Amino acid sequence: MKVALFVPCYIDLIYPEVAIATLELLEKYNIEVIVPLNQTCCGQPTANEGDQENSAKIEKAFAENFQDLDVDYIVGPAGSCVKQIRQHFDAIPQTEKVTAMRAKTIELVQFFTDVLKITDFSNISFPHTIAIHNSCSSIRGLHITSRSEWMEPRYNKTEELLNSIKDITIKHIDRPDECCGFGGTFCVTDEAVSAKMGQDKVSDYVRNGIEYVVSPDMSCLMHQKGVSDKEKTNLKFLHVAQILNNGPF
Amino acid sequence: MSSKEDFLQSIRAGLAKRTPTAYPYIPTFEQAGIDLKAVFEKNLKLAAVDFYDVSSVEEAQKIMQERLPDVKVVCSATDEWEGNKDIDAVEQPRDLDDVGLGVFRAELGVAEMGMIWVTEKSLKVNALGYLSQHLAVLLDPAEITENMHTAYQRPGLLDANYGCFVMGSSATADIGAVLVRGAQGAKSLTLFFLKTKDDETGK
Amino acid sequence: MKKVNVEKNAAEFIYQDDIHVTEHDKNLWNARQKRDTAAAQIPEWEELRNLASAIKEHTLTHLDQYLEQFVTNAEKRGIKVHFANDAAEHNAIAYEILSSHRVKNIIKSKSMLQEECGMTPFLEEKGIGVLETDLGERIQQLSEQIPSHIVMPAIHQTKEDIAKLFAEKIGTDPNNTDPASLNTAMRNNARPKFLLADAGMTGGNFAIAETGTFVVCTNEGNADLTASLPPLHIASIGIEKILPKAEDLGVFIRILSRSALGTPATQYTSHFTGPREGAEMHIILTDNGRSKRLAMDEFWKSLKCIRCGACMNTCPVYRRSSGLAYGATYSGPIGIIIDPTFDAKKYSELPFHSSLCGSCSEVCPVHINIAEQIMDWRKVMMKNKEVDFSRRMAFKAVGVMLGHPKLFRAVEKVAYNAINILPEAITENKTLDPWAAHRKLPDVKKETFREWYIKNRKNNEQ
Repeated sequence: MKVALFVPCYIDLIYPEVAIATLELLEKYNIEVIVPLNQTCCGQPTANEGDQENSAKIEKAFAENFQDLDVDYIVGPAGSCVKQIRQHFDAIPQTEKVTAMRAKTIELVQFFTDVLKITDFSNISFPHTIAIHNSCSSIRGLHITSRSEWMEPRYNKTEELLNSIKDITIKHIDRPDECCGFGGTFCVTDEAVSAKMGQDKVSDYVRNGIEYVVSPDMSCLMHQKGVSDKEKTNLKFLHVAQILNNGPF
Repeated sequence: MSSKEDFLQSIRAGLAKRTPTAYPYIPTFEQAGIDLKAVFEKNLKLAAVDFYDVSSVEEAQKIMQERLPDVKVVCSATDEWEGNKDIDAVEQPRDLDDVGLGVFRAELGVAEMGMIWVTEKSLKVNALGYLSQHLAVLLDPAEITENMHTAYQRPGLLDANYGCFVMGSSATADIGAVLVRGAQGAKSLTLFFLKTKDDETGK
Repeated sequence: MKKVNVEKNAAEFIYQDDIHVTEHDKNLWNARQKRDTAAAQIPEWEELRNLASAIKEHTLTHLDQYLEQFVTNAEKRGIKVHFANDAAEHNAIAYEILSSHRVKNIIKSKSMLQEECGMTPFLEEKGIGVLETDLGERIQQLSEQIPSHIVMPAIHQTKEDIAKLFAEKIGTDPNNTDPASLNTAMRNNARPKFLLADAGMTGGNFAIAETGTFVVCTNEGNADLTASLPPLHIASIGIEKILPKAEDLGVFIRILSRSALGTPATQYTSHFTGPREGAEMHIILTDNGRSKRLAMDEFWKSLKCIRCGACMNTCPVYRRSSGLAYGATYSGPIGIIIDPTFDAKKYSELPFHSSLCGSCSEVCPVHINIAEQIMDWRKVMMKNKEVDFSRRMAFKAVGVMLGHPKLFRAVEKVAYNAINILPEAITENKTLDPWAAHRKLPDVKKETFREWYIKNRKNNEQ
């Protein structure tokens, strides 16, 4: 199988270890991975603001990087960016190539549970108490877990993967699917509410004795860690790929 | 002040952009073999309604005297239960303001909700159901329907000018989100399962 | 009209003390949890939501026919039906009916439409006394504030606030904050006024075309007192409240209160099909922008709303802002998508007051795509240049940079070991304060993934 690795802009710059973990993890399972080096961003920062004009520029750049690749999937270790590609990404003309590119873009956890159907990571040990933070985009956009608003069978794909890790303790916090308040540009344009939501999220972890917060979305964690560090808690934050690949941390 | 035609015209203008969609089939979601009275009683409890199986009005009256010994004015809209304030002599609804216990026979019970159905026929003066401080309600246990779907399918349900599904006493949570019973309407509702008398209409 | 600065208002709500925002969030989240518990007990819950959505869409796409049928049937039963194109007409009609009956004082139950039309201040100016009978609405009336929640109008106030208010206005003990005592005090204060009112006004939750019936759902019994005491009953009903048949109510009554408060139904579900003996009944059917909204491709589905407030209860942003922050009749997620249809300038900031978590769409009992509509309103505001110049320019910079890979690499280099480019670029005043006040900045690594990749996976380089 051949995939293209989609590395969101903030991961490239702030969390290179997450992209490394993702790449190594995919390689471990004998997947041929190519990395388009001119990629920048999915266009979410401008698209979320309703700015179609500037989104078009970013989307064009994304399409130029990915639409002509001969790959089975485009894998991204970030639910919210993948959701942007799959469900929005409408500022440029929807050519056949663009729609095909969008359709084969997939989030990392779902790539493992749904495509590779690999959920056994019992060769890895992580002797800590963790909480899972699935981002809103991953939950309500990509359905990586069941939605608490829906009376539907309960599942959690991230937990399915992490459950197999040796010595791990997964705890459910009081409001597992409550938005942490990152919300992209919202986190600075609506600073007071965003910070309050982040503080409440961090309190929920602390109240439940969590050591590590693990997520398929680093953007939420960037915000949560920012709040947590400011409040001087001992919480640590990791991307799910870092655990599944046993590093780099 | 707009004419009906002008009014409908602007709606039609808006509708020009819409594609008509179909009306769905609505099932009644009835469950086989459920005990309607048991479900009804379970939901009455949730609605904070105390209920009793009685075999006579006298039995019900005795229970109410024990429950509300201080009530002075009893006004009944059913001939079966004699109060001390004649509802037929009430000229204006507000004259019911002094009623401590209002009594009527409900026409229907809805098991799913623990609700009863009353109309102007059962209340005689609609305000009886709301100005009375407390309510005592009679219901024939044969008149329990399963859920809202089956209730609304009752022929002629909305024939009355006024009809109300009542689920227990009045309530509010508007102060500190704390549930308080007895907001503006009745403070309590007590329900008596008592068959309607068929042949003894004179009594 | 002055633009509502919802972010600033929300910040004020949060920073006033530690109590209000915490209580507000807790109480509304409780309502959401009760809703989940109630919904889980109905095996056909999801089917009910689909049905409710389908019935509403069918009715809205045949609205002229059903409205006509409703009017014919209501008139047949002796109800007088009036037609109001906008808020001004609604209020004028209400006043005309009241003044022709020499009404001095009215009692009213909760009606979002009457709020929307600004009816109470209008009537008061004309010398008619208006008494809100819903406890929450009465609290808001005494506080001289608009309701902050569709279903729980005073939920942003603590019981201590209300004890203080009642002490000032109706002479209760300011230290007695017990909700039951406060409720009793208001019951005793309001009841005598109910008896003396010359007319009663209500809203309507549903209106049934095949019978001409309108339905009012309340918990306190105040709508039934309002309708059963005075000799004149006027109901204000928005045109989107129409349903084809009585059996449709089976679906809607089952989901309304479960979605709103997690109770099986409201305590009273009252059906009015004609005036009671010796009394008069009027309906003011009101459009007020609804037919225009019906023509809006992105936004017409907001007309499906049954005003349950579930989207407000679930909204993490609303719970920390309070409804008053939105400065509008409708607040929370549903307010964000409805308010701009009334005044796109005044409410231009509302669509940005959302983290786009999407819970509103998921919880909605009639499947309104609220989150999607919030995004669509952002597009409208951006296009119409309703958004602040500095914000627009910042995004232009982001667009240029992220649209040009080489430029992006160059900026990455500049940002190297310094600051996170994204928050900086979008910060209106170009400082990092909005991030850093309550958050530490993330470290920027010495080496980007791209650089690591070129070094470590040279063979794959494209």
